[in-house]
Amino acid sequence: MRAAGILRAAIVATLLLSGSAMGPVASAAGPALDPPRSGPCVEDPKLMRRSHMEFLRHDRDDTVRRGIRPVKHSLAACVDCHANAKDGQVLGSEQHFCQGCHSYAAVKPDCFGCHASTARPATTASAGAAGSLR
Amino acid sequence: MNPVSKRRREFLGTAATIAGAMIAPGVFLYDYAHGKAPGEAASGKVRWGMLIDTTKCASGCRDCVDACNQENGLPGTTRPTDSQWIRKVDLKDLKTGKAISAPVMCQHCADPPCVDVCPTGASFKRADGIVLVDRHTCIGCRYCMMACPYKARSFVHEPTTGQKPDVPRGKGCVESCTLCVHKVDRGGTPSCVEACAAAGHHAIVFGDLNDPQSEISKRVRAVATTQLRADLRTDNGVRYQGI
Repeated sequence: MRAAGILRAAIVATLLLSGSAMGPVASAAGPALDPPRSGPCVEDPKLMRRSHMEFLRHDRDDTVRRGIRPVKHSLAACVDCHANAKDGQVLGSEQHFCQGCHSYAAVKPDCFGCHASTARPATTASAGAAGSLR
Repeated sequence: MNPVSKRRREFLGTAATIAGAMIAPGVFLYDYAHGKAPGEAASGKVRWGMLIDTTKCASGCRDCVDACNQENGLPGTTRPTDSQWIRKVDLKDLKTGKAISAPVMCQHCADPPCVDVCPTGASFKRADGIVLVDRHTCIGCRYCMMACPYKARSFVHEPTTGQKPDVPRGKGCVESCTLCVHKVDRGGTPSCVEACAAAGHHAIVFGDLNDPQSEISKRVRAVATTQLRADLRTDNGVRYQGI
């Protein structure tokens, strides 16, 4: 089960990183996403594509159980930055950040059954050049 | 350990602590946390608690409940299966006719029954005394709802929408008052406390029970306060005055 997951992740990552055009729809450049709201990510995008779920899983426990806020990799901060500039959402269409990339990679995130997929208002979300650390 | 030697040890420990805190005769060095810096973990030096003064709480006022619903993105509907983090309870002593009104929420026990019975470890008590549900781990078995003497926990029966970014909520998990942990971690106070103060009642005091200088500690020292169902020895973080 775990091995299969690792294999699948490796295949997905290879597809995403090598840019080989496999499917009839998928372009070599990856999913076509609308521009996000703000500047550079808290990690190198290549690393994030491969490992963002591990970062989130680690830091969620720091926040929930140890009360560490802000953490570097918090889902709310991801959503704040990557929300679509038009409607402040990361879900909704193939151009929205989370939905677009996950459907391109054929994986299903289940964060948003509980977590908000909407960016926080700019007053609370400090989306800076270094990325928000909330 | 027999109770006598336990008491003796506690006394000696306390005496040693006091001696250690005295850096010169009559000069004491207090080391108590007041909140925490951003990015710092919750510390056992703090114990967050509330004091609810039932003599100031107005019957029929629901400002704390509404503020809680607003802050945490709860629907605020009152069907039997809907989530409820604070209840307003009205009591009347039939012999004397004395009526009191008070909010009842998770009492943030030092010895929480919900944590005792949770089969997955999802119910847990943070170092600073706040009792929470880790929804990443909760399987929705509702043992904690059975165990809680205060009826403080709710189960989410239906898909949720419109969650607040700081307060994830999802179907199939148990939830309860978090003492607005997302605000407390950033140096704020719970929304019910703010709403009660804004309404002019000031019936809820929030603070650090371990800090002798905090307002809540002074009040708890000065007036007689009660823990609900103190006979269960759960040592609640929420105390009531005037019951």
